[in-house]
Amino acid sequence: MIQFSQNAIKRVESLKKQYPTKDACLLPVLHMAQKEFGYISPEVMEYVAGLIGISPARVYGVATFYTMYNKKTVGKYHVQVCTNISCHLEGSAKILDTLKSVLGIEEDQTTPDKMFTLSSVECLGACGFGPVVQINDDYYEQCTEQKIKDIVSDLRKK
Amino acid sequence: MAVRRIDLMLCTGTGCVAGGAFRIKDTIENEITKYGLQNEVSVVITGCNGSCGQGPLMVVQPDGIFYGWLKPEDIPFLVQEHFLKGRPVKRLMFVPLERKEPVPLMSNIPFFQKQMLIVLRNKGIIDPEKIDEYIARDGYTAIEKVLPLMKPDEVIEEIMRSGLRGRGGAGFPTGRKWKVCSDERKFPKYIIGNCDEGDPGAYMDRSLFESDPHSVIEGMTIAAYAIGASRGYIYVRTEYPLAIRRMQIALSQARDYGLLGKKILGSDFDFDVEIREGSGAFVCGEETSLIHSIEGKSPEPRQRPPFPAQIGIWGCPTVINNVETLATVPVIINRGADWFSKIGTATSKGTKIFSLVGKINNTGLIEVPMGIALREIIYEIGGGIPKNKKFKAVQTGGPSGGCIPNNLIGLPIDYESLTKSGSMMGSGGMIVMDEDTCMVDVAKFFIQFTNDESCGKCTACRDGSEALLEVLTRISEGEGKEGDVEFLEELGLAIKDASMCGLGTTLPNPILSTVRYFKDEYEAHIREKQCPARVCKKLIKYYVDPDRCVGCLLCVKTCPVSAIKGELKYIHIIDQSLCTKCGQCLEICPPRIAAVTKLTGKEARELQSLPGPIPVAEWKKTKSASKGDFRFTPYREETDREHRGDNEVP
Repeated sequence: MIQFSQNAIKRVESLKKQYPTKDACLLPVLHMAQKEFGYISPEVMEYVAGLIGISPARVYGVATFYTMYNKKTVGKYHVQVCTNISCHLEGSAKILDTLKSVLGIEEDQTTPDKMFTLSSVECLGACGFGPVVQINDDYYEQCTEQKIKDIVSDLRKK
Repeated sequence: MAVRRIDLMLCTGTGCVAGGAFRIKDTIENEITKYGLQNEVSVVITGCNGSCGQGPLMVVQPDGIFYGWLKPEDIPFLVQEHFLKGRPVKRLMFVPLERKEPVPLMSNIPFFQKQMLIVLRNKGIIDPEKIDEYIARDGYTAIEKVLPLMKPDEVIEEIMRSGLRGRGGAGFPTGRKWKVCSDERKFPKYIIGNCDEGDPGAYMDRSLFESDPHSVIEGMTIAAYAIGASRGYIYVRTEYPLAIRRMQIALSQARDYGLLGKKILGSDFDFDVEIREGSGAFVCGEETSLIHSIEGKSPEPRQRPPFPAQIGIWGCPTVINNVETLATVPVIINRGADWFSKIGTATSKGTKIFSLVGKINNTGLIEVPMGIALREIIYEIGGGIPKNKKFKAVQTGGPSGGCIPNNLIGLPIDYESLTKSGSMMGSGGMIVMDEDTCMVDVAKFFIQFTNDESCGKCTACRDGSEALLEVLTRISEGEGKEGDVEFLEELGLAIKDASMCGLGTTLPNPILSTVRYFKDEYEAHIREKQCPARVCKKLIKYYVDPDRCVGCLLCVKTCPVSAIKGELKYIHIIDQSLCTKCGQCLEICPPRIAAVTKLTGKEARELQSLPGPIPVAEWKKTKSASKGDFRFTPYREETDREHRGDNEVP
C-alpha cells in the first residue's frame, strides 16, 4: 500500500483549499506523486483519486494525456533526446540511434540494471545548441556521437 | 554594496549553464581570490545574454568587453592578463567570420548592433534572482505610477493606444482583450501568463523567465489591476526547471517587498500569482485547453465564443496573455503609448523577440523592431549561413507556421506580411534552413509533431493529420503518385475549415507553404524518385567512390552495422542490403579524401558497386589499362574523365 509522507499530505490538503474545485489540484498532486513514487502506476492513480476525492477514471484520463507523467518505471537516469525540428536538423536521429546501441534498449525502455531509461521528447527549448539531450534535470548540448558515448560511460561509473 | 573596479556579467541562461557556466564561475572566483582581487572584481550571475551560439560567455563591465566560448582552462590566463594587468585577451573575443580581427566591445558586434531591447532591456545586466537589481533599473516604477495615478480604464486606454498585440502568435490586440474582460461584471476575475512555450525552435519565454522574471510579474500586476483580477496564474512547461526556479524566487521576493499580496503599495488592490506547471502537452498553449489544464481536466480545447475573457477558468472572466506581451506592459506605462507606437509598422507595433536557430552562424535570441527585413535578420544579425551554403528558407511560427523561401528575403517581419506569405508570427521561432534541407522532410516532420500532439477531439485534426502524414511518408519513401500534391492541398484546406482550435486550423500550414514555394521538390520526389537535398533515407544510397578511396579503413571501423567491406589499402564497398543510411561513413571520411558520397534518383537506382574489394593500387592500374572505358556507375562521369587525364599524364 503506497502512501504520501505526512508533509506531502498536508500540502495536498492545502492545495485542495486553494481552488474552487477539487479537480484543480490534480496536476500538482500528480507531479508530487511522480517525485515521491517515481512513476504514476495504476495504484498511484487510485491513491491520488482517493486523496483528492475524485474518480480514478478521471485521474487516469488526465495522467495518460500528459506525456511527462511516467506510466512506467524510470531508471536512475532518464535520458531524453529532443527530436524536434532544430535538433532534427542538427542530427538528433543519429544521437538517438547511438544511445539505443550504447544502452542496448529501444525508446521507452529501461536497461535491466534500472540505470537508464531512454525516451525521445519534444522541444526542450534549447534550440540554439542542438542536438540536446536532457538527463534528469541537466541539459547536454551540441551532442555528438562521441560526446554522448562519453556522457553515458561517465554516468555508468558514478 | 561595495563598489568594484570590474563587474563580470556571466551569462547563466540554460545554454551557458549546460556549457559549464557555473564551472567557469568557480574558476574565476578561485583565481581572483588567488590574486587578492576579490574586493575589486565581482562575478554577477545574469540571465540569458542572447548570444547563445558563443556560450559560455561573459561581458566585462564597465568597458563592455565580450568574451565567448569560455573554458575553465582559459580563466587563469584571462584573470592574470585582463583583471590584474589590464590587458584584454584578444583570443577569447568574438571574431566575425568575414573579418580576422576580434571585436572587443559587445556593442560593436553585429549581432547586437541591429537589435532593439525593450522586453529584454535587463538581459545580461541584472541578476534575475535579486529583486533590488530589477528595481535599480526602474523596475516596479510602472506599478507605482499605475496604482495611485491611473484608473483601470486609463490603463486599458493606454495599452490600446500603444497598439500592443499578443506575442503568443495570433496577434490579437492586447488592450481590446483587456477591455472585453473588464466590461464583464462577474467576479472573481483571473489573469494568466502563458509560458507554455511548445513551438519547436522557440525559447524566448524561457529566456525571459531566466533573465528578467520581475518584468513579467510587474506586467501581470498591471494587467490584473486593469481588468479587476485578484489572482493570477503563470502556466509554464515542466521542461523548464531553471525558469520555474527563478520565477519562484522572484515571486517570493515580490511578496516580501509588498509588491504582491494584500494592499499592494498601500492601495486597495490585492493580487497574487501562482505558478502552475504543465506536463508535456503542446495543445495546452491554446487558451481554452490551458484553462482546462488549470482546472485539472484533460486539456481539450472548446468552442469559442464565448471567449475566455468572458467565460474562463471556473466560468469566470479570464485574460490569457503571453508572458512576452506582459513583460512589454511596464515599459509602455513608463515611456508612454506614443513612444511605443512609433516603433514598428502601421499595424505591428513595438519589438518582437525571435530565437534564431538552425543553419545560421550566430544562433541566439534577438529582439528587433517589427518591420525589420528578413535579410537583415539572416545576414546582418545572424551572420549568414555556415560553411558558405546557400540560404534556402526560414521556418517561422512553429508547426502552425510555414517556410519563407529565399526569394522573399526582403520580406518585412510583421504580423500581416508573415500571414500573407503563408506563414505566421507564432511565438517567434525562426528556424533557418540551408540547401541541405529537404522541404518534404520538414513538412513531414511538422505533421508528425502535430499528429502526435493533436488532442483527438476534432475528427479533421485527429484523422486528417494522420492522412496527411501517410501521404507525406509515401512521397518521402519514393512511393508518391501523381495527384498526391493536389490531395495534400485539398485535405489541408479542409482541415483548416473543420477544426476547432488553433492547433488544427494551422496544422496544414507547413505543407501548404512548402507546396506553394517548393513544388518542384515534391515533384522530384514523386516523379524522379529523387530527393534533391539528399535527405530522405529511402531515396538515397551511400557510395564509396573507388577513384577517391585510399583504403584507410576509417569508414569500415565506424559503420555500426558492419555494412562496409574492405581491408587496408583495398577499396571499400558498402553493402546496400545492410546499410541503414546513418551517414556515419560520410562524416568520418576525411574532407581531403571525400570518397563517400550520397546518391539519389537515377544515380542511386543505377548504382553498380564493385563486385568485391580490390587493392587501391590495382584499381588505378585497371583504370589506366582500360583507358577509362571501365565504368561502374554513371555517376561522376565528369570526374572519371578528369581522373583519366590525370592517369595518362605521368
